[in-house]
This record gives sequence, structure tokens and C-alpha cells, in this order.
Amino acid sequence: MKQYITRRVGYSLLSLFLLSLTIFLFVRVTGDPTTLLLEPGASEEDIVNMRHQFGLDQPLWVQYGLFVKSFLTGDFGNSFYYRSPVVDLYFERLPNSLLLASVAMVLSLLIGIPSGVLAAVRVGGFWDSAGKVFTLLGLSLPSFFIGLVLILFFTVYLGWLPSSGAGTAAHLIMPAFTLGWYFAAAHMRLTRSSMLEVLGSEYVKLARLKGLPEAMVIGKHAFKNALIPVITLAGINLVVMINVAVVVETVFAWPGIGRLLYEGISFRDFPVVQAVVVIGGSMIIVVNLLVDILYALIDPRIRLES
Amino acid sequence: MAVTSPTVTPPTVASRASFKWLEGFPTIPVLILLTIAFVALFAELLAPYDPQVGTLSLRYRPPFWQTGGSMAHLLGTDHVGRDELSRLIFGARVSMIVGITAVMVAGTIGTVLGILSGYLGGWVDQVIMRIADAWLALPALTFAIFLAAIVGPSEFNIVIILGAVYWTRYARVIRGEVLSLKQREFVRLAVVAGCPKHVIMWRHILPNVINSAVVLGTLMLGVVIVTEAALSFLGVGVPPPKPAWGLMMSDGKQGLMVGHWWLTVLPGLCIMLMVLSANLLGDWLRVKLDPQLRQL
Repeated sequence: MKQYITRRVGYSLLSLFLLSLTIFLFVRVTGDPTTLLLEPGASEEDIVNMRHQFGLDQPLWVQYGLFVKSFLTGDFGNSFYYRSPVVDLYFERLPNSLLLASVAMVLSLLIGIPSGVLAAVRVGGFWDSAGKVFTLLGLSLPSFFIGLVLILFFTVYLGWLPSSGAGTAAHLIMPAFTLGWYFAAAHMRLTRSSMLEVLGSEYVKLARLKGLPEAMVIGKHAFKNALIPVITLAGINLVVMINVAVVVETVFAWPGIGRLLYEGISFRDFPVVQAVVVIGGSMIIVVNLLVDILYALIDPRIRLES
Repeated sequence: MAVTSPTVTPPTVASRASFKWLEGFPTIPVLILLTIAFVALFAELLAPYDPQVGTLSLRYRPPFWQTGGSMAHLLGTDHVGRDELSRLIFGARVSMIVGITAVMVAGTIGTVLGILSGYLGGWVDQVIMRIADAWLALPALTFAIFLAAIVGPSEFNIVIILGAVYWTRYARVIRGEVLSLKQREFVRLAVVAGCPKHVIMWRHILPNVINSAVVLGTLMLGVVIVTEAALSFLGVGVPPPKPAWGLMMSDGKQGLMVGHWWLTVLPGLCIMLMVLSANLLGDWLRVKLDPQLRQL
């Protein structure tokens, strides 16, 4: 067990290293950010000063060393554009992203789990077919299309909901639905297959044999166990949601992490881009590591496998 | 009873077999894809106007069935007076070219690395798979946006970026296939016969993983097209004034608030139809061509 965890942690650290190196190199080869920050007629001296101020005159490997060191101490430097610490910017936006992701997650589970159970209980029936269409649409429709169509109906035609910004519950509805839609389809698909697996197992057959009513078998015995993988996926997806919301946040001008990344890219704001991608990637690596360890603790077959 | 000879004639068996093979063939999606391909191919002949030149005095004309629309511009005009129908037609070409080449780039990188990783094993396997893990740790879209913003918008760059982002899925599946192929007799015999490693990989392993690569490619087409559209929508994809569907939606956003719905809804529908069709075809192919993939 110890060996398994050590190896798994080692892999994760390696992933983190590759991640930070890739991002660092890519960001640095894009060009000189000082040219964007200074006015076109700036003197040579100003440029040199600014390059020195941001540490851009150091050799690349020194810059990478500084980058990793500051990353480990939680200091991501100052934003070129906002001139304030990136960490502050990040944590200023994080609650908004968390709020959006949580509401989207609740929506996706509320849609995904019942429809998945329904599809599994009536395999090949109407609900199963309807579910298949829904999954396909969920995975095929680009989120900006859903978002814009929602704006068209609920803002332009009906005038019920605000199209952009944050602050009230009304602002939250459309972005959360747009973000949750894709995940609802994913959750439905997993609930269905997980439920089908459980329904075919011995203890469910036994529960039926001893004469339990079908509702009891499905609701009490099968559902609870079928839910485990869905909840695990939902946990991972919550972290993913915070990081993939960039399109949704751009469409609805929602002031979250995704929009911060988009702004960082438009303004060529290196520290912001680095921080958002590194923190996002690290979050996902860590969550995956935790899930793997948790699974190994629960299921000995996994840790004995290799 | 048990020894009655079969009375069915071979042709019947064959025709029934071929009919069964086509069971559940996604006719409508394939027709849609063929139509889009046809439109993309003959865009110059089909488009009534130049997609990149507009007449400012004719901006924001609605489609012909709405009041104010005319038969001159069947699907209306955009914010600088360019013909929407012509732009949609040329947009099909952009989507097709970017989609197919990006899938081919991703497929080539992924298949080559997957075969190397699976067949050679050892440190090569470790290195490739660790890099693939690190790659997968980043949300694909965020990573693509990040790369696109860095290298600057162009169709060529988009293809390279999408290839660079999505090769990992290929590498993983192909590696798994190669691991099981490695244990098969024909590969072992080739080893015993003294066949060099690169020949085994090229002549014996590659032809056996092509099926899976094609299936994955079809499934990937939808993902790639959506990603391209999202990148273009965010302004880091296909550069204006080129008519890409994602870019057209982004342009149409300005007019959306005053009710110019056709500029966002029509390109969106095109993206949806294309992606949906690619996914349906991919799903069908997966079940038909590759029983192993079905269990994934």
C-alpha cells in the first residue's frame, strides 16, 4: 500500500513538473510583454527598467527557478495589467467560480441522476431513448451556442433574465444551466451504466427473490450502490467545471476564473495566465491523486495490480 | 436432426450478412456529412456572394421570410453587410479542413507514440505515458486556448494546437491495443524470425491498430470541431475576416441583443448538425468495426 501511494505521488509530482515547465516555456516564447505595457514611443531606458522590474532580463532557467519557487510559496507575482498580486486576483474571482460550478453541479445532478435511473430501469423503453438523445445533444452542443440561444430567448425575447454580470440569483440561472448541461449528460450516462451493473448483481436478485417490491429494490438496494461512482465523478467534475467555464464565463461576462484567464490572454498578462493554468492543472492532478488513493484504500485489487 | 445439411445457398448468406452489417446505419447523419463535404468542396460555385466582402448599406438584413428580408440575401446579412448564406457555405470548408486535418495530426502523433510506447515498453513507455498524463491533467479547452493565444490565430496553428492537445487519447487507446497485440503469435513469430523492431511495428502492429485509429478519428471529429468553434468564438481561432462558424457566432453576438438572431443561431445550427452527425457515425462505427473498443 505504502509503495503504491509513494509511486502514485511520484507520478503526480512528475506531472506537476512537466506541467509547469510546459507552461513556463510556452508563455516565455510568446514575446516580450513589456512592449504591450509601455507606450509605443517609450525610451530604451524605460524598456530596460521594466524588463528588470519583472525579472525578464534573467536567463530562462533562472526565471523558471524563480517561477517554481514562487509557485511553491504561493506567490505568483504581480499582474502586469492590474499591477496587483495575482493570488489576490485569483482568490477574488474564485468564490464566483465556485458558486457557478456548485449551482451547475447541483443542476446537472438533479437532471442527470433521475434520468439515468429512469433509463436504466426501463432499458430500451421510451425514457431510455429520450435519455440517449439527451446525452447526445449534451455532448454535441457547444456551450456557447446554448448560452447564446438562452440569451436570445430569456433576455432578448422575454426580458426575464439579465444577459451578463453577476450579483443576483437571476444572473446565475443561465450560466449555471449552460455549464451544467454538458455535465448533466455525462452524469446521466454514468448513472445509467452504473445502475445497470448493480441491477444485474446477485444481491439485487436476492432482494427480488425475497419478494421485496420493485420500488424498494431499486430505491433502497440498487440506487445507493449505483450512486458511488457518480458521486466520485461529480467530485472530480466540480474541479473540472471551475477550470472549463472559460467559454461560459466569457459569454455571460461572469467574473470568475475562466474570465480571468481570458482577460490574461487578451492582455498578454503572463503571471495571470501562468497562475490560472498552473493552479487549475494542479487542482486536477491533486484531485485525481486523491481519488486514486481512495480507490486503492477501498479496493485491494487496484493496489495489488502492479 | 442434428446432421441435416444446410440448405441455404452461399449468396443468400452473403447478402444477409452484408445487410446485417449495415444494421442501424446512420443514414441521415451520413447524408448530412456528405452534404457539408459537398458544400465545402464546391463553395465557389454554390455561394451567391463573396463571403469576405460586404456592403455596409445592406447590414443586418434579416432572412427572406422576415419583414425587411429579400430574396437577394436568402439568409440575411451580418454586421458589415456580408451575405450570411455565402459565409455559412465557406464556413463549412473551414470546419471540414480544420476538423479533418486536426484529427489526422492528432491521430498520427497519437498512433506513432502509442505504438512506440506499447511495443518498446520500458523507459520509452514511461516517458511517453508520463507526458500524456501531464497533458491530460490540463482541461483540453483551457490548454488549447492557452496555446492559441500564444502562437497567434491562424488556421494552420489551430490544426497544430488541436493535434497537440488531443493526441493523448489516441496514444492511450493505441498503446492498450499494442500491449495485447504484442502477445499474439504472429508478432512473436516475427520476433523469433529476427525481424527488426521498426519493421514489426510498421508492418505487423500498425495495420492492426488502423481500425481503432479510424474509429477514434470519427469520434474525435466532433470534439475537434467544437473546440475549433470555441477557439474562434473566443477570438483565438480562425482569424477574421475568414468565415468560420464559431467566429460568425462571436460577431453575431453584437447584434443578438437587438434581435438579429440569424447571425448566431444559423452558424450554431451548422456546428450542431455537423458535430451530431460525426458523433452518430462514430458511435455506429465503433460498435461495428471494433468490438474491443465497445467495452471501453
